[in-house]
Amino acid sequence: MAESAQFSGLPVQKFEVLEPPRHALFVRVTHWIYTLSFFGLVLSGIAIILAHPRLYWGETGAVGAPSLIDLPVPFVRDIPIRGPGRYVHFLSAWICVITGLIYVLAGAFTKHFRRNLLPTRKHFSWHSISQVVLDHLRFKKPTEDDAQSYNVLQRFSYLAVVFVLLPLMIWTGLAMSPAIVSVFPFVVTVFGGQQSARTIHFFVAVFLVVFLLVHLAMVCLAGFKLRTGAMIVGCSVVRRDRP
Amino acid sequence: MNRMTRRRVITTGLATAAGVSGLAAAAHIANRYGLIPPDHQGILGAGESLTYAAQRILTSRHSQAREFSRSEISRVAPVLGNPPVIEEYQRLVPGGFTDWRLTVDGLVSRPSSFSLAQLRRFPVHSQITHQACEEGWSFIAEWIGVQLSYVLDLVGTLPQAKYVVFTPYENDDPPNVWWESIDMADALHPQTLLAYGMNGSDLPIPHGAPLRLKVPRQLGYKNTKYLRRVTVTDSVAKIGKGLGGSFPEDGYSWYAGI
Repeated sequence: MAESAQFSGLPVQKFEVLEPPRHALFVRVTHWIYTLSFFGLVLSGIAIILAHPRLYWGETGAVGAPSLIDLPVPFVRDIPIRGPGRYVHFLSAWICVITGLIYVLAGAFTKHFRRNLLPTRKHFSWHSISQVVLDHLRFKKPTEDDAQSYNVLQRFSYLAVVFVLLPLMIWTGLAMSPAIVSVFPFVVTVFGGQQSARTIHFFVAVFLVVFLLVHLAMVCLAGFKLRTGAMIVGCSVVRRDRP
Repeated sequence: MNRMTRRRVITTGLATAAGVSGLAAAAHIANRYGLIPPDHQGILGAGESLTYAAQRILTSRHSQAREFSRSEISRVAPVLGNPPVIEEYQRLVPGGFTDWRLTVDGLVSRPSSFSLAQLRRFPVHSQITHQACEEGWSFIAEWIGVQLSYVLDLVGTLPQAKYVVFTPYENDDPPNVWWESIDMADALHPQTLLAYGMNGSDLPIPHGAPLRLKVPRQLGYKNTKYLRRVTVTDSVAKIGKGLGGSFPEDGYSWYAGI
């Protein structure tokens, strides 16, 4: 136990703020705006897919035409949320796109991606990868030092979400717009048709929800309060006794 | 400490003022160029306005909906909703709609009405386009008819025209007030048709006989079936709930270019 300088013998607890901040301000702000709009998109997306829970490949598809997958849920047409659900979907999509652009620009400008997300040579070593995978398989709680930088699995999944899955979501969303494809037909033809784009949109959404669930599970494993707090105030506040 | 706080208050104040006046100016300009949809109210309407403005700036009046080859026409072309049950409509069916008339009125120099035979004598346009329902399903079909712009030219649209309103025969009994509207960019678009034919034959009753609207750059529900009246107007504020159609009244976007 540490001692106070003035009052020797009197034990004090030392709260130490680790430097530098674990999460930059722009990461924290965009993270929480994204969280809200992601929920808006998922909930309204569920309302939309329930109106016609069948997926097709190619340009067209309808009841009576061959489907790719029939989702094991009923057709829910007469729910009041179905219409307004679309307004919520597009409002949330706008917030996601604008926030995403700010995040990507700020991330590139501050070298956030290069410093914190791009895996370095040391991450690619067999030892490092197997260590991280084993830690995950054992549900090993990361130490505070581990939590100071992203491990190789985090880096790959965050990069995939930011630079592959979310852009694909936006792209396939735009591919379903008859007005957008009237200007840029290749937006939809690269997928082989409007229904293909819809099917990809659905599966990428499923991937993103799975990512969210794993992400939440990892946050809980690493200490929900501590990690969530770090994403709000920026740094891990750790109670540390002076050596 | 104090100075920092004061500086911060001043900067924040200035930034907020700039932001608010910037938004107000943007809204004013957007409104002047017809970039604000009738259903722009509230927080959800803000997203709608962004979508409509962005797509109108991108699409202009000229971008063409994709057209397909005859071999791509869908075998299955489902419909939503039932034909009108009201007697006024049912009476027209046995005679093959010979007594049917389309009224064209509103902000036009020569309000007129047209029979099906008259509409068929106008220059014929056909297109094979993709129609998607907001539910998610879609089909490709050929639509045959007269360009809406041709009919609007005939009756002489006045310069202050901003919307064209479509009134069908009511589907329900007792009748709902049922209507839709599109802006002039879509109304004057070359692919926007008053269609009386589909896939090489007369427009079938489930698809909206005798006449329906085709706006191929928007979703299916904007393609009003069972037309009886086309009205040119400068404002939809006083029609229904003022949202531009019955669909927005039920919570669906007025602009469905999605």
